[in-house]
Amino acid sequence: MGKRIGVEVSIAAAEAAALADVDVIAAYPITPQTHIVEHLSELVADGHLDAEFIPVESEHSAMSCCIGSSAAGARTFTATSSQGYALMSEICYIASSMRLPIVMTVANRALSAPISIWNDHADMMMSRDTGWIQTVAENGQEVVDLIFHAFKVGEDHRVLLPVQVNLDGFILSHMIEPIHMPDKAEVDAYLPPYKPAMRLDPAHPVSMGPVGMPDIYTEAKMAQDQALRNSKAVIVEAWKEFGDKFGRYYKPVETYKTEDAETIIVSMGSISETAMTAADALRAKGKKVGVARIRLWRPFPEAELFEPVKGAKNLVVLDRAMNFSGGDTGILGGEVKSVLFDQNHHPSLRNFFVGLGGRDITVQNFEEMVEKASANGGKPVPYEIINVRD
Amino acid sequence: MTSAELTALAAIEEGKYAQAFPSFGPERRGAPVMAFVRVSDAPIRTREKVYEPNIVVVLDPTLLKIVNVEAGLRDGGIVILNTTKSVEEVRKESGIKGRLALVDASKIAMETMRVPITNTTMLGALLKATGLISMDGLRAPIEHRFGPIAEKNIKACARAFEETVVEG
Repeated sequence: MGKRIGVEVSIAAAEAAALADVDVIAAYPITPQTHIVEHLSELVADGHLDAEFIPVESEHSAMSCCIGSSAAGARTFTATSSQGYALMSEICYIASSMRLPIVMTVANRALSAPISIWNDHADMMMSRDTGWIQTVAENGQEVVDLIFHAFKVGEDHRVLLPVQVNLDGFILSHMIEPIHMPDKAEVDAYLPPYKPAMRLDPAHPVSMGPVGMPDIYTEAKMAQDQALRNSKAVIVEAWKEFGDKFGRYYKPVETYKTEDAETIIVSMGSISETAMTAADALRAKGKKVGVARIRLWRPFPEAELFEPVKGAKNLVVLDRAMNFSGGDTGILGGEVKSVLFDQNHHPSLRNFFVGLGGRDITVQNFEEMVEKASANGGKPVPYEIINVRD
Repeated sequence: MTSAELTALAAIEEGKYAQAFPSFGPERRGAPVMAFVRVSDAPIRTREKVYEPNIVVVLDPTLLKIVNVEAGLRDGGIVILNTTKSVEEVRKESGIKGRLALVDASKIAMETMRVPITNTTMLGALLKATGLISMDGLRAPIEHRFGPIAEKNIKACARAFEETVVEG
């Protein structure tokens, strides 16, 4: 029945991909993702994993190889971060448009310049509209569990889309913590072997990803969007089955003490744990604070997010990447606002930028944001950067 | 980072919860680096750095001249130092106010392992000065990490445990 071990989260992520029996890994090293593919290359070289490890010369080539192998019917995995993602991004759109269920972990890191190897969500936001399903992990256990889930969902014939599993660079990727690693038989019972819906096969030649003339392009994009929208039901179903098998249940939006909360912090990723600690600290001072954490980033869980926050007075929405819109709202701030817009009664919203390029986010920072949101009186206020020097 | 990692692994081995993480810089062997450890009986739910430690372990005595190692130390906290000096000398020279535990880890490491690397040696001092982890919990992570040279590391750790002077 598996076992509980102390392990660096990147190593556990690689072990999870190995437990999922990947056939092909094509990757290029980039901090802070490197340990994931490094460990996979060791597993292959040492004969522990029967897979093809393709060391490529760039992330652009990595995703190109992944597309080839996935199209040929191989279970395919890669990982990247930041600038690596930026270089890869051209091909990421093609992976989703060709409906190839590649799984990729992204150890989230800031984008240059100035050069930063540290954590924020700039790469995740950059990848927002690529058509990939995207989940966001809060801790190491979730990274492992979401990797199994990613293959399960992506390869489901009702879905057939690539899946990106986001984990905070360093804060998760380089963290040593206890993780329950399932054994192979348990994973096999959850994740059947990949059966491609169609594949490149010399005996039955097909073309994939050819030119789309104006008379077909719109239909192709509509079909792709419908596939992403429809994937949500399968994502939820696969989490239910995961919970029944492994005892850990996941939802698109996780909540913490939101039932009676006046102020709810809306966040993604590992800082949600600090947010929960802050909520407890504030509750000890008599303030009713809760946390709504977005685990499913794409497709965006609009109804699932509105339901737990609708009774609150104030939302504190955290953006972890500068979006340069020139406007008053960050990316997540804008997404949440669009959820609220169609509702007759909804909480007011304060949008904060925090934790850019590795700046630490403390319990005290959360207390400050909650304070500001509750003092706001519902008036619209432009975004504010927390813990910044003038 | 190695000693932080081994501490967390030992705690997890003992069934506790733990986090170990570096201060996320471009790390180079020999350069000053910080690493953080949290150990708890309950699941740990925070991702902040450690700003108010209960325990500070200093592997290199020269750091005392460039870093306030006592910054944020909690009431009743302890500073565990690799030093050749006595409690009185350290207190006079560094101005550290907190409780001290001292060991000449560099000498122990040189004599038992023939390298001036004090990670596992200082874990012996940590064992002696606090009840955070046990030698039983440490054994498996050290064996896994160091393979053929694990025994030497365990020996250095055990000797530091004997020789560490803990202020009452």
